[in-house]
Amino acid sequence: MNKLIVSPSPHVHSGDSVQKNMYGVLLALVPALAASVWFFGLGALIVTLTSVLACVLFEHLIQKYLLKKPSTIMDGSAAVTGLLLAFNLPTNIPLGLIIIGAAIAIGMGKMSFGGLGQNPFNPALVGRVFLLISFPVQMTSWPVPIAARGAYIDAVTGPTPLSVVKEGLAAGRPFSELTAEIPSYLNLFMGQMGGSAGEVAGVALLLGLGYMLIKKIVTWHIPVAVVGSIAVFTGVLHLSDPQAYASPLFHLLTGGVLLGAFFMATDYASSPMSKRGMLLYGAGIGIITVLIRIYGSYPEGVSFAILIMNAFTPLIDKYIKPKRFGEKPAVQKA
Amino acid sequence: MLKTFSLGGVHPAENKRSANSPVEVLPVPPVVSIPLAQHIGAPAQALVKKGDEVKVGQVIAQSAGFVSANIHSPVSGKVAKVDQIVDASGYRKDAIIINTEGDEWVEDIDRSAILVKEITASPEAIIKKIGEAGIVGLGGATFPAHVKLSPPPGKTCDVLIINGVECEPYLTSDHRLMLEKGEELLVGIRLLMTALNVKKAIIGIENNKPDAIAHMEKLASEYEGVRVQPLKVQYPQGGEKQLIDACMGRQVPSGKLPIEVGAVVHNVGTAYAVYEAVQKNKPLIERIVTVTGLSLARPANFLTRIGTPISVLIEAAGGLPDDTGKIIGGGPMMGKALTSTEIPVTKGTSGILLMPQPLASRKPVDPCIRCSKCVSVCPMGLSPYLLMPLAEKAIWDRAEEENIMDCIECGSCSFTCPSSRPLLDYIRLGKAKVGQIMRSRTATA
Repeated sequence: MNKLIVSPSPHVHSGDSVQKNMYGVLLALVPALAASVWFFGLGALIVTLTSVLACVLFEHLIQKYLLKKPSTIMDGSAAVTGLLLAFNLPTNIPLGLIIIGAAIAIGMGKMSFGGLGQNPFNPALVGRVFLLISFPVQMTSWPVPIAARGAYIDAVTGPTPLSVVKEGLAAGRPFSELTAEIPSYLNLFMGQMGGSAGEVAGVALLLGLGYMLIKKIVTWHIPVAVVGSIAVFTGVLHLSDPQAYASPLFHLLTGGVLLGAFFMATDYASSPMSKRGMLLYGAGIGIITVLIRIYGSYPEGVSFAILIMNAFTPLIDKYIKPKRFGEKPAVQKA
Repeated sequence: MLKTFSLGGVHPAENKRSANSPVEVLPVPPVVSIPLAQHIGAPAQALVKKGDEVKVGQVIAQSAGFVSANIHSPVSGKVAKVDQIVDASGYRKDAIIINTEGDEWVEDIDRSAILVKEITASPEAIIKKIGEAGIVGLGGATFPAHVKLSPPPGKTCDVLIINGVECEPYLTSDHRLMLEKGEELLVGIRLLMTALNVKKAIIGIENNKPDAIAHMEKLASEYEGVRVQPLKVQYPQGGEKQLIDACMGRQVPSGKLPIEVGAVVHNVGTAYAVYEAVQKNKPLIERIVTVTGLSLARPANFLTRIGTPISVLIEAAGGLPDDTGKIIGGGPMMGKALTSTEIPVTKGTSGILLMPQPLASRKPVDPCIRCSKCVSVCPMGLSPYLLMPLAEKAIWDRAEEENIMDCIECGSCSFTCPSSRPLLDYIRLGKAKVGQIMRSRTATA
């Protein structure tokens, strides 16, 4: 007989693993990647491939030669960061900038804090915001969907619906007039608009979220809280003055709201642990996003909103605890 | 929608391979080893010494306090020695070893199979009899049953909950008991109701045992005040607090006992033992044990005498598979890994589970990725991801503030963790330390 193993209970395991979760997220991002390639063609392929390879390579190099530890790239988290960074970049961005973004995302956003699970901020967003602040021109020129398919750096560019509406409203033009200049809600939902590589196709992102919910990779709390709070906040403003403020549906379908709510805000390491904490965190992201969009100088605010709320995560976890058993008063004599 | 408890829970693969195997009576073994500590509380005191002749059912060790239990000889024969043996805990503990000779029972035990339905004993007499018969919680917790039947002054019980959940994967002893001894079980429940002076009893059974639910529902219709509550399959529904919540929607407050919300919970096996003790004058000397495992030739349920070495049971179930990596006393979620096949069956042994390699080994530990799945599955609403480092770094005051003592050690967190972190190992360590600190505080106050 073999030697018997003696260890404390439980003696069985669910079979879940870090890899399963990370590869699950990658799989959930496939529809959005397909939509991106459909709309932006060559540029989408180049940007995505460069970003993923650069992120994986940087993690490998840092882990192996700087930290002198076994490489961790097979856990899939570096690939997730790479894909999400690419999804947050315009598809005509120069290769050099992508590599700088990847170095910042992995090097500063993730490895400097200790790697997997230790990052206080979403690494992909650290990379994106670094690029946005350092290279504002390249980061805000947007290829026109379908028309830009065959080209990379020299793709035809145009404004995003968000900037059209923001500038129009600022110039005092009514929202109803501006809607004629942007794609219909259906086209916005399908993704036919200017924007970052992976953020445009709401329908593809929704498919991805559905997959993650079924596979229990994420729970509904953060996505619903972000989307819900944006809908309520912009809804109230829109109702108060339908011409001065864009509709909630417009806000939800444009920019990075869905990508942010489903895939960026739900980053395990930088989001709260309790369900109530997740709801508060999601609502905070929604409110800050709307504040930046309406009162800030940027047309888009999801990235900043998520990073700001990432900073609150430790505080939320400290004060907002999971609902305890027995918290609800015991009902006597039911 | 089927009822279940309100927070957390997991659903491990059920693997109830022995569910359709009727209970078989195992022959009396040539030697039995009877540990004196088979229950929670003070170990019993031996009343016999080497060379003494004993009969089946004779008291051989006496309850040593309020929370303790008598132990009866499961065989007839001669006491070989009173010595220390390795028990399920892995430590050397006092035990009585008896060499079997024949099968001679104490005269006043009714060994017939005739159902005695009529209840003549008074509540006091029932509780006294249960105490004398050495009955403990047979679900595995082994808390002396008579103690739970004597609510502290000022507390009243209005519902008796009978645990037929058997939420541990693999185990089927309670399932078989309900199918084969339903009538006796119901008389046992009536006895417990009489002892507690309650009008209502709920038998909680998970939905993966539809035959037991149907059978018990049919039988229970003739017993006033007793009803069956089918429950959604969800581990750890057999936990006292979870079961009360599932059946009645009442949540026992932190640090309190079920009696706080007017409930007392007993396992089906315990209720059956109560029937045998009160109606048939038969003390607790045998129990049903499931012997199972993925590689085992013939998973089975055995009625076996207490003290039988588990090797005898494994042999009867087709022999120890070659790929066995771990032997577990109890279920895979809360059972204890045993150190050898010579450990005896005790009152709390609900099953023997043989885990094949490589399932028996743990997976390598990865860093915490803060996925919050441990928080989602914790049935007590705790934060295992936080309690583990607090225990690791010996920050006991913070662990206490984070309600580490609420943990019921169900193992859902470790089961779920994608990084295979040993969450419960550290939480157990923390509970032991914090418990010690809390006790010393009340001692000095």
